[in-house]
Amino acid sequence: MEDLSFSHKARQRAVGTKNMAIIGVVASGNLEVLAERVLPDTECLVEIKTAAEGFGDVWDAVVADFVERTSPGGLKFSINDGGARPDTVSLRLAQAVRLMEEDDQ
Amino acid sequence: MTTSWQHRREARNARIEAGAKLARGKIVEARDASSLMEAVIRPGDRVCLEGDNQKQADVLSAALLAVDRSKVSDLHMVQSGVVLPEHLDLYDHGVAKKLDFAYSGPQSARIATMLFGGRIELGAVHTYLELFARYFIDLTPNVALIAAVSADRDGNLYTGPNTEDTPTIVEATAFKDGIVIAQVNEIVDKVPRVDIPGDRVQFVVKADKPFFVEPLFTRDPAAITETQILTAMLAIKGVYAPYGVRRLNHGIGFNTAAIELLLPTYGENLGLKGKVATHFALNPHPALIPAIESGWVEQIHSFGSEVGMDDYIRARSDIFFTGPDGSLRSNRAFCQVAGLYACDMFIGSTLQIDLQGNSSTVTTSRIAGFGGAPNMGADARGRRHPSEPWLQAGREADPETSALLRRGRKLVVQIGETFGDKNAPLFVEELDALALAKKLNLELAPVMIYGDDVTHIITEEGIANLLLCRDADEREQAIRGVAGYTEVGRGRDKTMFQRLRERGVIRRPEDLGIDPLDADRRMLAARSIKDLVRWSGGLYAPPPQFRNW
Repeated sequence: MEDLSFSHKARQRAVGTKNMAIIGVVASGNLEVLAERVLPDTECLVEIKTAAEGFGDVWDAVVADFVERTSPGGLKFSINDGGARPDTVSLRLAQAVRLMEEDDQ
Repeated sequence: MTTSWQHRREARNARIEAGAKLARGKIVEARDASSLMEAVIRPGDRVCLEGDNQKQADVLSAALLAVDRSKVSDLHMVQSGVVLPEHLDLYDHGVAKKLDFAYSGPQSARIATMLFGGRIELGAVHTYLELFARYFIDLTPNVALIAAVSADRDGNLYTGPNTEDTPTIVEATAFKDGIVIAQVNEIVDKVPRVDIPGDRVQFVVKADKPFFVEPLFTRDPAAITETQILTAMLAIKGVYAPYGVRRLNHGIGFNTAAIELLLPTYGENLGLKGKVATHFALNPHPALIPAIESGWVEQIHSFGSEVGMDDYIRARSDIFFTGPDGSLRSNRAFCQVAGLYACDMFIGSTLQIDLQGNSSTVTTSRIAGFGGAPNMGADARGRRHPSEPWLQAGREADPETSALLRRGRKLVVQIGETFGDKNAPLFVEELDALALAKKLNLELAPVMIYGDDVTHIITEEGIANLLLCRDADEREQAIRGVAGYTEVGRGRDKTMFQRLRERGVIRRPEDLGIDPLDADRRMLAARSIKDLVRWSGGLYAPPPQFRNW
């Protein structure tokens, strides 16, 4: 197991009012993402527990592009990774942001 | 003294006479098959043992392995597929010595080991069409061992839906003083249709079991991922639609299976029905059933058949090529020619792509051969008839030349995810094929599709249109631009990436109005094999390994 953490400044606050969302599953080649609206509006934090070691620079690039594209200000993401490929990681992160856009019931 | 110009015919007649002692008419019992081969095959003969990526003359290949080595040895095998373990056992036993082939699928690791150990003398690795061509020039078989479904007592053969290579092999052998031996599942009074006329067949061996056929073209929709769906959406909206591609060939990977399953849903929503994907050079892919049932497809010509599709094909003879008996008539050589000259696009997956766009399915320890992909995935320089997609591709590649003198271009599209199985990157600085070529002292690295033939590369990151690249540097950056988070992708020049994107050389999903979050499995017209059975009205009978209900 390897623990990684990436902290970014976001351009703007993530859309929506939802406080928490979860998507994906911890399985081989897949991952689980928990999103929480717990940070100041200009900050974003991504914490990763991964089964595949030695991919820190790839995670760094994936997370940086994700923050650049979706500007998820105020959100903290906790990831349980089962060795997912970068395309799956990007997709789950985007899906988590999409879920946070929904109105909280 | 008179010179004889008929030595070969005389030699053939002598062989037939020797073999006839074991036959009743043309019929030989399976237990006598090895003796028959000892009677008609000479040491050093060129022998074509029929076997390709689908059907296998497996009873004859076992019989050949069992011959007395003092009578039959050092054969030069010329065969499409090295697929069964017995095909390679022949070299361990000294029955065979030299090999010219096209495809080795399941034996790819062992064949590499045997080549490296010098157990096999390699002629060359071919594409199907090349090997067939050489059957008529410098690799004509002395003896062909082929497979059919049934024979009558005159030797007329019914090959069933899996006709495949048989007519080509028989043509080259029978008309150049060779001997044709067929294994058949049954001897009948009258065959359902004559695929091979009896006067081209000298001996018929009644097999004790039906010949083996591999279900190679069945992709379970349940295994298609969201990323593969995204690449399929990009292909349909970013290539099929703007070029109006109607005549095409699909590879056998999951990305193209996803395209087939998106035509009746996503393609329908884009208003593309009747405008794209109407005529195919293609095996009967089960994944194409929903598109056929929805009225997308007008006509399909096939290389071979596919296990479980026989009843469906029979009931859909408007779409497929069928004989007077109602069953599919496939023909690998004709379909390869059709794919090369009459299709405007090939789209398929690969294992590795380098910075020039060369692609290969070779890894350092495996020689899988080429099969048919290089014929499909190559610009046909002899093509002369125009079509809109072909002309448009030609225009993009060469806007300067006057229209009347400009060649068109075939669309050759590589599609895949940036990372494959076990997180292996699709994009590499150097193909493993080069290391293999050095290790085995090959004169050519086994490149599946050369970079100068590739027109588009599609990944989940977007589409690189290589037709629009004006120099090697642009080409490299266009490839890096869709290479995602692979090392090759992370090595891209960000300024160049933006410039290529502005020119439409690279198009990301958002540039095409595609939201990756829409890439959902619910968009697939069928999400399981059972769905495909339902779409077919119960006519598709999937093989046991694909039944999970």
